[in-house]
Order: sequence, then structure tokens, then C-alpha cells
Amino acid sequence: MWKILRDLLRYNWEFTTGVVLLGIVAVIALLSFVSPYPPLDVYVVAPDMPPSMEHWLGTTSRGQDVFWQLSAAIRNTLAFGIVVAVLSRVIALTVGLFAGYAGGPVDRLLMSVNDTFIVVPIFPILVLFYFVMRDQMSWALLALVAACLGWAYDARLIRSVALSLKTREFTAQSAFCGMGAREIVTREHMPYVMPVVFTTTMNNMNWSIGLEVTLSVLGFTDVNTPTIGGMIYWANQHAALVSGIWWWIAAPVALVVIVFIALFLLAVSMNEYIDPRSRLARMGGG
Amino acid sequence: MRGYAVYLVKRLLQFALVVFVGINVTYLITHATPIDPVEQTITAATSFGTTSPEAIALMRRSLQDLYGTGGGALHQWLAFWGRIVVGDFGPSLSAFPTPVSTLIRRALPWTAGLMLVATVLSWGLGNLLGGLAGYYRRNQLLKFAGIVAMGVHPVPYYIVAFVLLIVFGYVWPVLPITGAYAQGLQPGFTLEFAGSVVRHSLLPAASLVLVGIGGWFMGMRSLVSNVVTEDYTIYAELAGVRRRRILGSYVMRNALAPQVTGLAMTLGAIFNGAIITEQVFGYPGLGSLLVAAVHAGDYSLVIGVTTVSILAVSFAVLLVDLLYPLLDPRVQAR
Amino acid sequence: MGPVLSVDGLKAYYQTRFFGTLREVRAVDDITLEVRRDEIYGLAGESSSGKSTLIKTIARAIRPPLNVVAGSVRFDFGGQGAHDIYALPAAELAATRWRHLSYIMQGSMNVLNPVRRIRHSFVDFAYRHMALPMPAFLRRVEEHLAHLSLQPAVLDSYPHELSGGMRQRVTIALATVCRPEFIIADEPTTALDVVVQKGVLGMIRRLQREMGSSVLFVTHDMAVHANLTDRLGIMYAGRLVEEAPTRDLFRRPLHPYTAHLIRSLPRIGDDAPRHGLEGKPPSLAAPPPGCRFHPRCPLAMEVCRREVPAMRELAPGHRVACHAAEQGMLP
Repeated sequence: MWKILRDLLRYNWEFTTGVVLLGIVAVIALLSFVSPYPPLDVYVVAPDMPPSMEHWLGTTSRGQDVFWQLSAAIRNTLAFGIVVAVLSRVIALTVGLFAGYAGGPVDRLLMSVNDTFIVVPIFPILVLFYFVMRDQMSWALLALVAACLGWAYDARLIRSVALSLKTREFTAQSAFCGMGAREIVTREHMPYVMPVVFTTTMNNMNWSIGLEVTLSVLGFTDVNTPTIGGMIYWANQHAALVSGIWWWIAAPVALVVIVFIALFLLAVSMNEYIDPRSRLARMGGG
Repeated sequence: MRGYAVYLVKRLLQFALVVFVGINVTYLITHATPIDPVEQTITAATSFGTTSPEAIALMRRSLQDLYGTGGGALHQWLAFWGRIVVGDFGPSLSAFPTPVSTLIRRALPWTAGLMLVATVLSWGLGNLLGGLAGYYRRNQLLKFAGIVAMGVHPVPYYIVAFVLLIVFGYVWPVLPITGAYAQGLQPGFTLEFAGSVVRHSLLPAASLVLVGIGGWFMGMRSLVSNVVTEDYTIYAELAGVRRRRILGSYVMRNALAPQVTGLAMTLGAIFNGAIITEQVFGYPGLGSLLVAAVHAGDYSLVIGVTTVSILAVSFAVLLVDLLYPLLDPRVQAR
Repeated sequence: MGPVLSVDGLKAYYQTRFFGTLREVRAVDDITLEVRRDEIYGLAGESSSGKSTLIKTIARAIRPPLNVVAGSVRFDFGGQGAHDIYALPAAELAATRWRHLSYIMQGSMNVLNPVRRIRHSFVDFAYRHMALPMPAFLRRVEEHLAHLSLQPAVLDSYPHELSGGMRQRVTIALATVCRPEFIIADEPTTALDVVVQKGVLGMIRRLQREMGSSVLFVTHDMAVHANLTDRLGIMYAGRLVEEAPTRDLFRRPLHPYTAHLIRSLPRIGDDAPRHGLEGKPPSLAAPPPGCRFHPRCPLAMEVCRREVPAMRELAPGHRVACHAAEQGMLP
């Protein structure tokens, strides 16, 4: 796995760009731990100031420094994305591997359930959830619900990898040599499954962060915790654009777009690496 | 023929399952809160001003059915389903006493129209360009189109819509940014009305298409580059079949089938995007209705829109699924 | 009249650059051969000998990273002069395909478009060559199918609705409907059971005799070659090592590798133990110096390690590339 990552870094510019961009974002997020202003406080600095040496990205109408708000916001948003990705990996891997290896009626049953979750429109359900829970809605709860709703697409991908691995020659040979099922799965199959898990994790993070941004912008989450969507929400509440305080909106939008593009590049380059035909195309064929 | 009948039945069962599970999830969520929602909503309703006791009683009854309070657990569940099946969600709180179903019926065509146009455009164009890009690998124009499409694709719908709003609403205000048609215009089958509808749908549709096209482009391009190496394509090339014919009948036809499946799987995501886009552009579809309902605390309307969304998307998926055998005759044999 | 096909010093290599390393696989390395009119020429060799790559190169059906590095492939269909297929402009090449040069591919599983009916494949491949209105064309196709014992209903079927054997026969019908002068057959009977195999081989032989075409038949199965071909060429590690009329080759093989291939065929009544060759075929990316067979050859000499043996005619119509054979040593 590490060898793959090293090769990708060296020869695949999309992967390198993605890693660099993500690295920058991560640094900004980590800076939030040394922020001079507590992130939840309002009216701590002069409001509506344009970017300057003192306030690198200006200040908001609520009297907060945009840069430090942004730093806390991206940290929370990223954390949300990571938590959802991890939780839904667990579900997706379990369902996908189980369905792929078990086959037969178990597979069909799991796929029926899976397809149900793919088809059902998630957004209205999340909105309803917020509506019902209101003040009891916490980030942890939202993350849990998002994870429980967003695993289906990736489970399908993992299942198809498991299906193809199950029928490969080397699997039969390993079983014939006396390797136990668990050993086959962990030693022989994991190197094939891991890149797919990586790609789907990137895509899933994009999805969950997009979900957070959208829900927060509409005011459907706890908008007092600083998040990217929350920042945009407050900027809209104070009609930032109309007032000419464009830096308040531009900063979170720009940063989150960078995150999306970075994750996307990582997913695409890993995907390309997995597919032997595209590898061949890179090598000089076609 | 028999093969198709089997396929049809399977798809119908899946449709029924999705609707059943989805609506039950909705039901479960309404039971997630321990606070008595009925009285809460009634209090909110009556605080608006004067409402007749009969109206309040009507609302209380419908809310009880929809929330599923009153009576035993099974009775609650059956009452809920009884309402859903006939589409009676009771009166809307924010537009009292207009029934929820009326509001939904007004909003649904706008969402349906927007989604139809956006989906057809992004799927059709995306597949066409992606297919060409997969076949003519060295074409610079196609490569450039690909990079642009893929650059926009990961950005969430909200931000693209927002950026379009800023660009065409403030920086270069040439297109309308709210509403489905010009204010004061009478709806009807006139050219003026049609023109206004088209103008007002340009930005929302464009925002949906811009985000969606990249995904189809990438998928089709990768499918086509696989199909191009399949035996039947190589064989046709060996036989000197004309390029255009190979592209259409051998490459695209075969690569398109999985994209139809993909369409069925992403209709839910497109719907989510449509909701958000409507909100940004004030387009009077289900999305705007839903958000307004949440902000107004209009419970019946929220449940109504959620339920109808699930139904509408599942039905659209069913339609797409039924199209699939037209492209891939092998499915009948399975 | 001259030969239908002349291959001269043909070299085709896979050239790739993977994460900074240049790699060259010499799949076809300096092949010279001829296929005459009205003959079935067989090409034999084990799995990595390069025979499939050779015929793809002959049919100009290769793509990068496989490139022609040297040599020529000249066809003379009508006896009016040979043309290098790699020098033909696109329009002429398209006119040649299927009308003069057709191809029966390996693996009948997947060569027909899975989403269209069989009829469309015939129309796509052959209609433009026949200069007939559509109804007359379809009738001609049906006659051709009937001649090969296939029902006209086949035309309305999808490929997945036919059995493997039927699909292969449809492919043969497809390849011969224009009565081409040259047919390349790439392992058409592999993966078929022996009964179906017999039928398919019989069909090919009958068609060849009726049309007077030439067939370049590739398979690793020596028994099929013995049964079907007029002349036979043996390939090893991208090179041609022996070529002769089939009977002569079987009666008196001059190259040790050919002798081994023939000896490994089972014969009724002969229960002597069969021996495998030691070692395995060489890597085509880094082949051994000199004669590529020398690491496994029982007759290997010092010169075999240094010099590549040239192809020489040691008996009428019988060419060999072997130092030991030149010195009269028999395998």
C-alpha cells in the first residue's frame, strides 16, 4: 500500500496536487488550536473590516476575525467529514464484503436493502430529522444519521470487488493450500480492496462535507458551532454580499472548494491507478 | 417476452420495497422525539390568531394521524399509512387552511420539470462528450471539456448555484434569479408565458447541469475506453466497419447500458441538488416548499413533502429501470 | 502467380515506459514467410511464442504500445501486384477488409456485438461489399448460412441466445460470406469440445476448397495442424524456427523443438512415456543470446549460445533455423 502511495506521489501529478492542497487545508485547520480568539465568541474585534495586516481575511459583521473563524470552521467541517467517512466505511465494508463473499440469497437480500438506500432521497429525510429533533440535534447525531444513510453506494463497489476476487484463480489456490478464510481475506484480498476503500472514502467525504455545508447554509444544524456552512449561513443572515463584505463569504467558499477538488483529485488518481487499462494508457499505450 | 415480464415484476417489487422502507423511515423519525408534537403544533397554530374550533379539531385529528399519536402502536402505524395512501396530509399550518396536498400539487410540476430538463441535458451531453472523449483520446478540445466538467463536478450544488447567482444576479445581471416566471404574468399556454418560464429556469437548470455533467462524462469516458478494447469492437474494426457505425452501434450502445443503471442510482442525488438549487433561486418547487415549511414549523407540510419526494424519486427510478432492457437485451435472460 | 501474402523481416515490439523505466518486449522478431494461393498454412507454437501477435500484425490490427519496428507485410489478392498493407491509405484499407482479407477470431464468446441481432453484424461487415439491395443481400446471407447448416432464424437472434459452437459457426459464416482471398483463423477451435471441433474444421476445409482462398491457421494443437494444413510453420519465442509441407514436417522434423512437439502427441498403440522439455519459454523482454531455444535444447552447441541461426532451406520446401540441423544432426 505504501509503495503504491509513493509511486503515485512521484508520477501522478493529480495525486500530488491533491495531497498538497489537502495538506494546506489541514495546516489551516490545525492552526485553530492556537487561535487567539475563542471560536464561539462574537463581537471580539471591530466588525466589517476588510482584509489587512492585522486581520488577514478581514472581519465579519458579528465581530469575528474571518481567518481564525475559518480555521475553526474548516476543522469542524473536516472532522465531521472524517467521522462520517469512518462510520460509513464500517457499514459499507461489512455489507459489501459479506454480500460479495456470501453470494446467493444473502447477497440478493443485502443488495435489495442496499438499493433501497441508494434510491431513497436522503436530503428530505435529513431535513425531516432536523425538524423533529430541533434543539436536540447534535453534530454526533447528525454524523451518525448521515453515516447510516450514505454507505449504500460504496457498499456496492466493495461488493463487486469481493465478487471478482472470490472467483479468481489465486483464491481457489489459497483455499486449496489450506489457508483459512480469514487469512485469505486479510492477506490476499485486502491489497485489492484497500484502493477501492480509499477512493470511496474520498468520495464519501466530499459527499458528507457537501451535506454539512448545505444543511448549515439553510440553518438546519447547530449554527453556533463554527463550520463552513455555518459561516456562509451567518454571512447570508447579515446580507454580506449586498453590504459589500464579500470576504466573509469568499473565504469559506474558496477553502471548501479547495477541499472538494483535493479530495476529488485523490479519488480520481487512485481510481485510475486501480484500473489496469488506464495505467496502460499512462504508460504509452493508446 | 417472458424474460421481460419477469424483469418487470422484479423492478415493481423493488419499487414497492423502496417506497415501503422510505416511508416507514419517515414514520420512525416522527417518533424520534419524546415531546408531544401535536399539542406543540396546535399551540403554535392557535397563537397565529383566530382560528375556528372546527378547523383546530380538523388539524388535531390529521396531526394525530400523521404523528401517530393516540391509540396503540399498531393503530398509530395503520392510521399513518391510511393517510399516506390517499394522500391526505391534512391542512397546512403556514397556509392554513389550504390542504398540504394542494400546495404539493402546485409545487411538484416545477420540480419535475426542472429535474427532467437538467437530467436529460446533463446525462445526454455528459455521455455524448464522454463517449467521444473515450474514443478520440487525443482530441484536445474534448480533453479540455473534460477538465472543465470534472473541475466543477466535485463542487456541491449549493456553491455552484450561489456562484451563478452572484455572477448573473449582481455582476452581469442578464438573467432572472428568482421565481418560475415573471411576476404578474398570467399562467397559460401563451408564448409569452412559455418564454418567461424558460428564462427563469435557465439559471437553476444550468447550475444542476454544470455539476452533473462531469460525473457522466468521466463515467462514459472510462466505460468507452474499456469497450473499445472488447473483442467485438476490435472485430468490427478488423472488418473495416465505418468509424461512425462502430462508435454508435458498438461502442456507445454497449457503454450506455451501465450509465442507465447509474442514472437510476443517482436520481436521488439529483433530487437533492434540485431542492437546494430551488432554494437559492427562489424557484417554487418542492425544495423551496420544504425549506419554508421547516422554518415555519409546518409539520404536516414537511411530512407531506418528504413522503412525496420519496414516492416521486422511486417512481422515476422505476421508469429508468424499465428503460434498461431496451439497451441491453441480455437482462431478459437473467 | 506470386504468393498471396509475403512477410519480410517483420519485427513488432511492445514498447512501454512505466514510471520511468523503458521496456521492450520482442513479440515478433524478424519473421519471413509466404502463404501461397489456395493453400492452408498452419502456424504452431506454445502459448507465449508470439503467434497471435504475429497474425494481428499481419492483419494490421495492432495498437500502441505494440508497434511495427521493421519489415513489411505485402498482400497480392488478385495477382496484380503486391501492396504493403501498412502503406495503404485508409479508404483502400477499408475496402480491403472483409472483401479480400477476413479474420476468424479466437474465443467465439465475445466477437459479436452483444446488444444487436446477428443480422446487424452481417449488414455492418458485408453489405457494402456486395453491391446488392438489402433484400437480395439478406437472401444471399441466408443461402450462405444454409450452406453451413445454420437456420435463417439465427439472423434474428442475439449472440447470447446461441450456443458456443453455433456462435463459432456464425463467425465462420460471417468471415466467408464475401468470399475473401485470404482468411486468418486465430485458434478458432480452442475452447470447443472435440465433436464441435470436428464440425468446425470440416466447415473450414470445405469452404477453402470451394472458394480457393488461402487460410493462415493458428493453433497450438498439432493434431489439428496434421489434419488440416498443407504447410506448417513453427514459432518459438517470437521467431520462426521451422517451416515445411505438413507431411514432411511430421515425418522428418529437423528442429529439436518441432521434434518435441510432434513426439508429445499421443498415438494409439504407442505407450512409451512422454517427456516434457526442461525449463520454460524465455521472457520476450530479455531473451537469451544466440538461438532462443538453446537453454532447453538437447543438441545445443557452443555456437548456439553466440549466433542466431539463420533460416535455411535444407530440403525442398523445408526451411530450418538451427545450427545442429545444418550440420546434419537429427533431433
